[in-house]
Amino acid sequence: MAANSSFQKYQSDGSRLGNLLEWFDARFPLTSMWKTHMSEYYAPKNFNFWYFFGVISLLVLVIQFVTGIFLVMHYKPDGTLNASGIPIAFASVEYIMRDVPGGWLIRYMHSTGASAFFIAIYLHMFRGMLYGSYRKPRELIWVTGVVIFLCLMAIAFMGYLLPWGQMSYWGAQVIINLFSAIPLVGEGLSTLIRGDFVVSDATLNRFFAFHVCAVPLVLLGLVVMHVLALHEVGSNNPDGVEIKKFKDEKGIPLDSVPFHPQYTIGHDLPACVIFLILFFGVAFFLPEMGGYFLEYNNFLPADPMKTPAHLAPVWYFTPFYSMLRAMVWNFFWIDAKFWGVVSMGGGVVILAFLPWLDRSPAKSIRYRGPIFKTLLTIFVIGFVILGYLGTKAPGYYFFGYTPSEGFNPLNILLSGDIHTRLFTFYYFLFFLTMPYWSKIDKCKPVPERVTSK
Amino acid sequence: MSDHKQDCDCERRNLLIATSAVGGVAVAAAAVPFVASLAPSERAKAIGAPVIVDIGKLAPGEKTVVKWRGKPVWILRRTPEMLASLKAAEEKLSDPGSEKSDQPDYTKTPTRAIKDEYLVAIGICTHLGCSPSDKLKTGNAEGMAADWAGGFLCPCHGSLFDLAGRVFKSQPAPTNLEIPPHRYLSDTSIIIGEDSNDSKGA
Repeated sequence: MAANSSFQKYQSDGSRLGNLLEWFDARFPLTSMWKTHMSEYYAPKNFNFWYFFGVISLLVLVIQFVTGIFLVMHYKPDGTLNASGIPIAFASVEYIMRDVPGGWLIRYMHSTGASAFFIAIYLHMFRGMLYGSYRKPRELIWVTGVVIFLCLMAIAFMGYLLPWGQMSYWGAQVIINLFSAIPLVGEGLSTLIRGDFVVSDATLNRFFAFHVCAVPLVLLGLVVMHVLALHEVGSNNPDGVEIKKFKDEKGIPLDSVPFHPQYTIGHDLPACVIFLILFFGVAFFLPEMGGYFLEYNNFLPADPMKTPAHLAPVWYFTPFYSMLRAMVWNFFWIDAKFWGVVSMGGGVVILAFLPWLDRSPAKSIRYRGPIFKTLLTIFVIGFVILGYLGTKAPGYYFFGYTPSEGFNPLNILLSGDIHTRLFTFYYFLFFLTMPYWSKIDKCKPVPERVTSK
Repeated sequence: MSDHKQDCDCERRNLLIATSAVGGVAVAAAAVPFVASLAPSERAKAIGAPVIVDIGKLAPGEKTVVKWRGKPVWILRRTPEMLASLKAAEEKLSDPGSEKSDQPDYTKTPTRAIKDEYLVAIGICTHLGCSPSDKLKTGNAEGMAADWAGGFLCPCHGSLFDLAGRVFKSQPAPTNLEIPPHRYLSDTSIIIGEDSNDSKGA
């Protein structure tokens, strides 16, 4: 049989297993796929700590799929009340927690997995910013990554409705109502999303369908695309230099090692073991994480008659939720809440343009100048502060300060609302002015080859 | 241009474009029933039945909540002091005359009620749909400012409303709380979701 790829087809050593493999490989690109993506995928030899989070995201994806499948076997997406007056969906989650053997662990793995996913993804994205991994020719890896991030946000938001607790219900109510701010079509659009005039059983059922079926399918496709795009152009590295410039006589980059077994066994396996220790530490001992991973109000069944006194999204949405709340002005006769939606959505979408906004001659932070280092530091601090303020009620003051009457600089300096607006403004300014400051920054000379090891 | 024309089989290309266009229309048409299925079902639309509330047991200053179309409807029996606070609040309100707000015409009065004593309002903030909390007591008894005259506070984004459900100035909520169509069946009972004109109101 004629091979369709440049790789040699597998040839049997005469054993039964060998014969089977030869038969299989002649009909399926098994050897070539293994070589392209594993044993002959040449990765830069200087990967560091920051390069763990891609593979950890993949591990969490598997955890979420497996635990999710087992949760669906017991969960009921039903907003109607049972004989004791408890919503059936809420009761089925309690049933998983109390009556299903090991159900509590599977559910805590799934809820901890959601937070772990965002921790890994945020660090993975930050790695990209540190080393310029989004720069040419890796733009598509970055763009598919941003779309994956968007999908994750959608899947997390819809999954959060399923336990049908107070935070599930009112969080969904607020976020779906955001769409009603869009001029002309908004009201109809939010009704179409809910399938009812209020968040109801219809909303719960469609969110269930999207959470367990539609979005995971899209997500899986995007992850495959993300990895294929990476393996097409090759990995970046902490020095931000192209290893393909210097190759040996076989065409293998000099500063590279094969992904398998060097990175799979020597780098990613230990990382995954350490991650799993931490992950199960949380799942066993701190599954609520002080109300950040699972919010206390969500242990109360959804009550459409009463909003909880304090409503905040789960931690991974809070930076973008702050951007939503930062917009309090009506521009062009359109209501402020529309601009809030634009600012929240824009905060995610603007990330996708990063490859074209950055004009720096050096990719990696190792060789970039003081302007980038300063602005990136403020960016990270600002993003964390936005995240913190997103968990607080509006009108929050730092350090328990109570604003005094009349003019007092502390009223401004310690105001959470002022910081929310300031750092939201900075977030967008950082990206929008990047084409200018990244060009004039004084970069150090970039070496020809990778430096460490 | 002319070279390009020689290369292509124009008749086939046109057929290809026509086939793609027809296929595209078919795909768009196929999406219609799926998108339509997302709209509220006939059952969801039918759950709009009016609700009858007995207000005979409501003490002055007391509030009760009933569910109508899945939303909380408040009935607040206002004391004379509460009613007096409405006049005083007017200059601090964003829409004191309820010109931009949703209510049946017969409640477009200074107290936003058929009978001044009873406020009937949908307890859903016009900003993003949370249900505001009662802050009925005056002053800072319930964590409000010292000059607070009683009203409601939305826990989600902090919108403040007076005791007629009217929003104060510079708050996230764009309009006053909505008032549902309603009428009095007797002195002690109100029907919500139906008015004398038997129209939907609002």
